[in-house]
Amino acid sequence: MATIYIDHKAYEVTPGKNVLETCLTLGFDLPYFCWHPAMGSVGACRQCAIKLFKDEDDTKGRLVMSCMETVKDNMYLSVEDPAARAFRAQVIEWLMTNHPHDCAVCDEGGSCHLQDMTVMTGHNYRRFQFPKRSYKNQYLGPFINHEMNRCIQCYRCVRFYKDYAGGKDLDVFAAHNHVYFGRAEDGILESEFSGNLAEVCPTGVFTDKSLKAHYTRKWDMTMAPSICQHCSLGCNVIAGERYGELRQITNRYNGAVNGYFICDRGRFGYEFVNNINRIQQPLVRAQIPDAADKDSLYRQLAKILTKDTTIGIASPRASLEANFALRQLVGKENFYQGVSEAEAQLMRNILLTLNSGHVHSPSLKETETADAVFILGEDLTNSAPMLALAVRQAIRKAPFEKAAEISIPTWHDAALRELAQEEKGALFIAYPTKTKLDELADKPLHLSPDEIARLGYTVAAQLNTNVPAPEGLSKHSLKLAKQIAGILKKAKNPLIICGTSLFNEAIISAATNIALALSGKEKKANLSFVIPECNSMGLAMMDAPSLAHAMEVLENGDVDTVVVLENDLYRRGGKGEIDLLFNHCRNLVVLDHLHNETSNKASILIPVATFAEADGTIVNNEGRAQRFFQVFSPKNENFRESWRWLDEFRQFQNGICPEELKAPENLLAEMAHLMPQFKGADTVAPDADFRISGQKIPREPHRYSGRTAMLANINVSEPKPPEDHDSALSFTMEGYKGMPPAPLIPFFWAPGWNSGQSVNKYQAEVGGSLRGGDPGNRLFPEISVAELSYRNHIPSPFIPSPGEWLMLPLSHIFGSEELSIYSPGINERCPKPYIAINRKDAKDLNTAENDIVQLQIQDQLYFLPVRIMEELPQGLAGIPYQIPGLTGISWPAKGTLTKGNT
Amino acid sequence: MLSTDEIRRIDHEIALVPVRKAASIEALKIVQHHRGWISDESLQAIAAHLGMSAEELDSVATFYNLIFRKPVGRNIILLCDSISCYVMGYEQIYAHLQALLHIKFGETTPDDRFTLLPNPCLGSCDHAPVLMINQDTYRNLTNEKLQEILKEYK
Amino acid sequence: MERPLTQHINFNRSSLNLKDYRSVGGYQAVEKALTTMAPQDITKMVQEADLKGRGGAGFSTGTKWSFVPMNTVGQTKYLIANADEMEPGTFKDRMLLEGNPHQLIEGMIVAAYAIQANISYVFLRWAYKKAAWLIKHAIDEAYAAGYLGKNILGSGYDLEMHLHTGIGRYMCGEETALLNALEGKRATPRTKPPFPQVSGLFGKPTIVNNVETLCNIPHIVNHGADWFKDLSPGSDAGTKIYGISGRVNKPGLWELPMGTTIRELLEEHAGGMKKGVSFRAVLPGGASTDFLVEEHLDVKMDYKSISAAGSRLGTGTMIVLDDQTCPVGFIHNLEHFFAQESCGWCTPCREGLPWTEKILLSIENGEGRMEDLELLEMHTKHLGPGNTFCALAPGAMEPLQSGLKYFRADFEKHIKEKKCPWR
Repeated sequence: MATIYIDHKAYEVTPGKNVLETCLTLGFDLPYFCWHPAMGSVGACRQCAIKLFKDEDDTKGRLVMSCMETVKDNMYLSVEDPAARAFRAQVIEWLMTNHPHDCAVCDEGGSCHLQDMTVMTGHNYRRFQFPKRSYKNQYLGPFINHEMNRCIQCYRCVRFYKDYAGGKDLDVFAAHNHVYFGRAEDGILESEFSGNLAEVCPTGVFTDKSLKAHYTRKWDMTMAPSICQHCSLGCNVIAGERYGELRQITNRYNGAVNGYFICDRGRFGYEFVNNINRIQQPLVRAQIPDAADKDSLYRQLAKILTKDTTIGIASPRASLEANFALRQLVGKENFYQGVSEAEAQLMRNILLTLNSGHVHSPSLKETETADAVFILGEDLTNSAPMLALAVRQAIRKAPFEKAAEISIPTWHDAALRELAQEEKGALFIAYPTKTKLDELADKPLHLSPDEIARLGYTVAAQLNTNVPAPEGLSKHSLKLAKQIAGILKKAKNPLIICGTSLFNEAIISAATNIALALSGKEKKANLSFVIPECNSMGLAMMDAPSLAHAMEVLENGDVDTVVVLENDLYRRGGKGEIDLLFNHCRNLVVLDHLHNETSNKASILIPVATFAEADGTIVNNEGRAQRFFQVFSPKNENFRESWRWLDEFRQFQNGICPEELKAPENLLAEMAHLMPQFKGADTVAPDADFRISGQKIPREPHRYSGRTAMLANINVSEPKPPEDHDSALSFTMEGYKGMPPAPLIPFFWAPGWNSGQSVNKYQAEVGGSLRGGDPGNRLFPEISVAELSYRNHIPSPFIPSPGEWLMLPLSHIFGSEELSIYSPGINERCPKPYIAINRKDAKDLNTAENDIVQLQIQDQLYFLPVRIMEELPQGLAGIPYQIPGLTGISWPAKGTLTKGNT
Repeated sequence: MLSTDEIRRIDHEIALVPVRKAASIEALKIVQHHRGWISDESLQAIAAHLGMSAEELDSVATFYNLIFRKPVGRNIILLCDSISCYVMGYEQIYAHLQALLHIKFGETTPDDRFTLLPNPCLGSCDHAPVLMINQDTYRNLTNEKLQEILKEYK
Repeated sequence: MERPLTQHINFNRSSLNLKDYRSVGGYQAVEKALTTMAPQDITKMVQEADLKGRGGAGFSTGTKWSFVPMNTVGQTKYLIANADEMEPGTFKDRMLLEGNPHQLIEGMIVAAYAIQANISYVFLRWAYKKAAWLIKHAIDEAYAAGYLGKNILGSGYDLEMHLHTGIGRYMCGEETALLNALEGKRATPRTKPPFPQVSGLFGKPTIVNNVETLCNIPHIVNHGADWFKDLSPGSDAGTKIYGISGRVNKPGLWELPMGTTIRELLEEHAGGMKKGVSFRAVLPGGASTDFLVEEHLDVKMDYKSISAAGSRLGTGTMIVLDDQTCPVGFIHNLEHFFAQESCGWCTPCREGLPWTEKILLSIENGEGRMEDLELLEMHTKHLGPGNTFCALAPGAMEPLQSGLKYFRADFEKHIKEKKCPWR
């Protein structure tokens, strides 16, 4: 520790950090713009000036930029020094000379770092009397709005977009006071992380276009801590509502998971909540009219939810609470995972490893510290975008290690980049097509799924001779495997990444072998699994049979009623087999929030709450259980949590008059009791009866406005705000005003810090963990608890078979996920259906780019335009995975191609 | 599309630096030398050749004074407007140029013969006022001399 | 009086080619250094000679070199000649480049050897077309004669040399911005530390020296540190190329001992003021130095003396302000230049300089207000060294702050009369 003196007071601080972050950690209100805790310092804005004195006796001192000074022992500093204060106010005055002062019509107003800093420095009188410069704005696509006149040239946008996230199409142009931040020409921002510009920009240059469509100021939102529902990583988000509509998703800092950023699918994928296609009320389709009230619904359900002849089909996108409530309703024996046998088997393989404790499944934060990465069979940017961003940091930062030798501190962004230049950490990617991360890879290896597995097995065998090795490998592949093995072995912190995307179990086995071979007694190797959906892990951990088994019992005719929970089964298997499944059941009860092919088949359809209207717990790919909280109480009282419906069904099934379930944590406690693997999932957040000074945590900022007026068109008397019996959060602005426990932070705000930058105040150390620890509990053992032997299901070499194509499910960040596609912006970015084949294969088929070919998969026929992918191995045909029009396929799949009519 | 000659010259510059991108300024100079200015199409072609995005290269191109991202005339007049030439009366020279060519700084004559640009110090302060036309520097300018000088450029 | 740098420069005949240069003792320093001296000995000698950087900052050249890590076998290092002369009113390096290019190349070879760099660049200003041709030709000659390339003079030492011409930006003269320009990037400056000596061009140890500085090196190596110190009677060693522009009778450049007085330069060498105009002030070292006035005419042009008088030696090339030139217009011209040449990286420079320029123009146009003078003073106070990212804006404030001091009455007259008294 170092002792520093700020305005004559001594503080014990960590040496080596920069003075700005240290001051912020200590609670000083020191203004800044260009510095960002995740991106480091560059010294451009000059806003964070303070006085540095030579020693105790120096009274004059000199101005320094606190972001560029390293904390050393016996440092004498002053934040309050008049010259420093005057300079900070002056910097704001300069920045404001050209700022349009259009706060009233600016989307950033009320959560604007520039506003906050302006107030903080005390600048309030305009002396600049000349015309302001003005710029033309650009069209940047459906996600981000551009208003260059507001720019204060802090360079954060390009530093995030280019340097941090690897984007190519945003940059700074021109020089002196004409610098312009944008694209070369109007057009959609290509980066999958563009939405972060809205949070990285300290003012309103880059703002959330989806919010603009139903704009609400931050202070007028009802907000709750939530978890992203759109992939398996479980990024923490804040969801905001007004007038019964979900209006915005922003990043919720979690030091171990997503840090400061989220991907565009996560940020903009929320609009399904507001979709017109929501199921509005219970429907009993045998009845006329089919709309049912609660009583008639229960009467109907009581008849068919008979024990022993009802099965439940659970969902990887439903919470633990919902899935468990279903299990309790139908009984353990009648409870099925709502996923294909293939997917269930992949997950079993993964769980076998994770339950053994032999490898370490790293958090996203830990991923950033890997110094060599081998990715097998995943296109991370599309299947787990934030993991791709984390890997990018690992590869980018690996060469920074040598910076310490010449005393460049880790926060000195510009100097680190100048030193490292084009150097990168080691990255190997084996995937059938090009991926965005290929540009960082030592060797992008475009292989068929089985060949990826064979390469993986070979690498493992190079690391440990006990590992079974494939036979008949080419010299070239062997050399490559040796090279990869050599680099992984040398690395201090190697990371292997694989996943379920290609539906190839051998890849997972091979990757597991590599990680096991790398793991020593001292240190376990890192192995990350990318899995399909937000609660795939939680569902798999419930260890239930797959849909295939449900099918069997249905075929046997022992079942009358099938309850499907939040699951469109047409995304789980071939259309024919799912049709057949539904034909076998007499009563089909579906609980979901959006109409879909499955809900269309329901005899009884029950509307349920989305993540924004429900509390729930889900388990992410690393095994971290995390709680999301209801954001608002929906106007439609039918939008009830699945677990609440299901729990009530259980009660009347047992002959009890249903009583509203209080506190979902009771369900979790029961679950952890019955299934010890979930121990910890029940304690990820304080219970519903948690209070601070007898108060709940308000979901609304204290400046929330219009409460007395917003419903005056219905009734001039202000209605009683809805009560929340399920959590320690309240749906009002009243309640505890201080800092809530980390899992219960509904929004970031601190006095003087209205923007999201107020997160500084919530962290134990700026850029580190939230006070009290980052939320979420990891459920898998950290120490070896079971034997785990090397896998040995080595596939044979892949040989294309004439006439039969191995179908490749190609993930697309915008399109492959079920719910986000309902957002208009995401829909716009979704690719049109296509079929990707190798040029040679195309020639053999006598087709060229954009020619239509006829694809037969199982019983389905598709007509798709050809997209030639040079790198794709022969015998493989890729189609976008699960985009609209390409569902109803049982994966893995083979297909036949014929030239169609153009 | 870049010409074979342009590519050859750019590749020569690439060979001298440890990373392709580092030849960006040289590449811009080469193409501007051949074409007079850098159009959006030229920019994209150079960027592609260097493995950069158009944004990345334009960020560099627009930073510097003498990469022209708009069409210019056949002859570029760079009139020094810095301090020694200010003292020695560049403003009169500028006024005279405007009268002769009917263009201001930043403009091109309708016949594309001249583009007139202001330029910081040309390093001939002991012979101010100074201007450059294309590769040639003219010192100790007077209005009379100017007329004669311009005749040389068609 | 010895004039080592310019003794062989004669613009009445063509510039020295390799043969000419060798005939007057050229490349003897390379022979001596590479075959008889250890790299560190050269650095030590230059340090002892007390050669200070002639680009404007005046830092000890040998000391700068001594920060380059020397225990690194096989590491790439770079030596760069900063020939991006663009300080308004400065034209001294042009003479050295056009008059005797081999002198620079020789200095670069010795300097590169001293830091054991194997790649060197001449970063030349685009406008110096003649110099570009001459240097290119001279580099080719040096390669052909074995002074560049592999195993120079059988010493086992290799050095490549390339010419890079810029595309216009004053910032490129700042050594770290120059590195970015050489890397094909925007020429914004870098922070120091880390200094280029440890992380410079392409992240490798790099020395950037001014042309005049490097041209001194062969003479120091040939004649020794003491000889160099004895060239000047004053506190600073060596000679200096001084220059004067403005309304004087004989504007030009002269190599003279360090510490020659302003009066000697103005009256003897530049032949005094032109007929009909009289002296008001001078910027002693280029556009980014403080004005000195009549009372300072006997100040010696060396680092210390000029500093004591309230200005900087800078590049040593003076611009004279006469009584027929409006000081407000003069300073506006300077601030216009600096505002245009700001790279746009840091706030004070990017936003502050255009503000001062606009105020100065409005005063010059008769639209100024008395409170504008306070705003100008505010800028001179806040755009000081350390407050901005690099030295551009602090330099820009030097003529403004001293101008406000010496010509306050002229500013006020503009404001009161609502016009420029000179127009």
